[in-house]
Amino acid sequence: MADQPIVKDPEKEKRKIKSVSKMKEIMTTYYIEAKTAREAGKKVAWITSGGPVEFLIAMDVIPVYPENHGAMVGASKMGVDLCEKAEEMGYSRDLCSYARADIACSVTDGGPIGGLPQPDFLVCCNNICGTVLKWYEVAARHYNVPLFILDTPFIHTKLSESAKKYVITQTYEYIEFLEKQCGKKMDFDRMHEVSRLAVEGLRLWQEVLDTAAHKPAPMTAFDAFFHLALIVTLRGTQIAVDYYKQLRDEMKQRIKDGVAMVPNEKYRLLWDNLPVWYRTKWLSEKFSSHNACLVGDTYTSAWSGIMDLIDEDNFIETGAVAYSSVYINVSLDIMLETLKKLIKKYDVDGLVMHSNRSCKPYSFGQYDLQKMVMKELELPTLIIEADMVDARSFSESQIETRIDAFMETLKP
Amino acid sequence: MITAGIDIGSITAKAAVLNDGHILGTKVMFTGYNSRQAGKAVIDELAREINMNPEDLDAIVATGYGRNSVEFATKAITEITCHGVGAHFLNPDIRFIIDIGGQDSKVIRIDEAGRVVDFAMNDKCAAGTGRFLEVMARALEVDLDKFGDICLQGKAPAKISSICTVFAESEVISLISKGETRENIIAGIHESVASRVSALAKRVGVVEPVMMTGGVAMNIGAVRALEGKLETSIQVSEYAQVNGAIGAAILAGKEVG
Repeated sequence: MADQPIVKDPEKEKRKIKSVSKMKEIMTTYYIEAKTAREAGKKVAWITSGGPVEFLIAMDVIPVYPENHGAMVGASKMGVDLCEKAEEMGYSRDLCSYARADIACSVTDGGPIGGLPQPDFLVCCNNICGTVLKWYEVAARHYNVPLFILDTPFIHTKLSESAKKYVITQTYEYIEFLEKQCGKKMDFDRMHEVSRLAVEGLRLWQEVLDTAAHKPAPMTAFDAFFHLALIVTLRGTQIAVDYYKQLRDEMKQRIKDGVAMVPNEKYRLLWDNLPVWYRTKWLSEKFSSHNACLVGDTYTSAWSGIMDLIDEDNFIETGAVAYSSVYINVSLDIMLETLKKLIKKYDVDGLVMHSNRSCKPYSFGQYDLQKMVMKELELPTLIIEADMVDARSFSESQIETRIDAFMETLKP
Repeated sequence: MITAGIDIGSITAKAAVLNDGHILGTKVMFTGYNSRQAGKAVIDELAREINMNPEDLDAIVATGYGRNSVEFATKAITEITCHGVGAHFLNPDIRFIIDIGGQDSKVIRIDEAGRVVDFAMNDKCAAGTGRFLEVMARALEVDLDKFGDICLQGKAPAKISSICTVFAESEVISLISKGETRENIIAGIHESVASRVSALAKRVGVVEPVMMTGGVAMNIGAVRALEGKLETSIQVSEYAQVNGAIGAAILAGKEVG
């Protein structure tokens, strides 16, 4: 047996995204640098996924994302054990599974990378949810480090002038906080350069996502879930810019060469909410077996969704407004407008909504959104109930029946 | 053309054999431990009853939770599509189906051709399903077949507030100890099932006329409670429990063209 060469399916090989290896290399280097930051004399800050990381980069602080870590825990299928550990500690099962997994890792040094590096301070922006406030307070107590909270008011119709002033004032306070923590002044020229790189990275990421508007799509939302990591963790760096250029070019080449991620792509679907990290392969194969391709999603486009609001020459003030305007910090009416644009851009045949037990702000209102989409656009929609990290909330046969039945309704 | 549909549910396995749109026979058996064997057993038994050789079937469609375990089936199609086709076959006017089976309750809206327009299913919980009623009947020491009739005798349905099957059972036991009548408790149980399912139905949007299918459709108490909640009359065919299998048999006909 040992002498037999492994025969690879050339069709499958052709569809593999080449840049993946580069991406893995970048992420490995990033985590090694983060874990050895102390030895290198650098400071580490934990920050929420929707937080303004650009200021940390400009101050030469290594940003670490418990949410990205949570996604890694989920993808490594380590979520259940860690969530159970947090429950043993007394945390409710109703608490977000990213928070539970991360809190458990803090005390056990468990998870795929043996826990995150200890933070020197914490930055929490509540534009993504309210859970992060308590989660970061827990971390601040556990590590006994300072916590900066950036409060972004929820947008019902638009951000009022006083609300704008409120977030802008906090941004200046954020800079003061960083100067105090780092013991040095902010270099505004450097900040300007980071802002430019951040906006460029966002534009490139959007260009990558846009390639899936092509029929057939060169990549799927499942690929976007994977490649998203850099726009979260290394936004504002040259590394992210260079990588997304490479990825965009590869996607464009795939379009030229007629390489589709889903062979025989017949149905195009849009995904809503976070991925089911421990089941991306199963879900991808399930949809693929129906010749269906998830061509876009509301989640990975949430970062670049605000880029047009940012003026890189006035990042401090426009960035504050942009950060307040992210997809889940807005009303259902505004979400519907974004959804409509995505539905049109990717020309989809249906919408698949993941009702995510963990993510309340994302999942709350999904039934209303579903109704609006079905009524206004007459677009078939499917809701599946699961969780992004806690596999105990995933019932395979029930989800399989829902997906199969949904696909049967789409087929002529 | 003779075709069969096999519907492997969590509690029962159903089969139907059709000859060009005419029902030759139907059969219901317990699924038991082995869903693979159940598919074979139910079709063999039905074939014996109607004096035919299962090998003479032109096509077989399997449906239900065990659909992918019926290896000899021509194709597997979900019970949602099959119930739509089955109900349309039994009455082409039907636009809305409430199917309550062993572990699932589903609501399905169909168009004038019997195609599924929208559907919803209960989430990961057995409340509002046949299994829920079974557990309650056991707690009350009532034969499941008589459950529906006794329900209709309840004058003041007791309030069952828990949506969890296990907790609802404790509630029932506490009602018994308080001296509440069996009829009122049973009526309350049916009200609770109807509340769960009607919420699901309203989410999808009820369009009349409505048909109820699945094993629980044989329970008159459940049908009446749902009619009350939805303020509409509900049709129940004599083939309610085998409706999914009938739909599968019709779809099997399309497989051979």
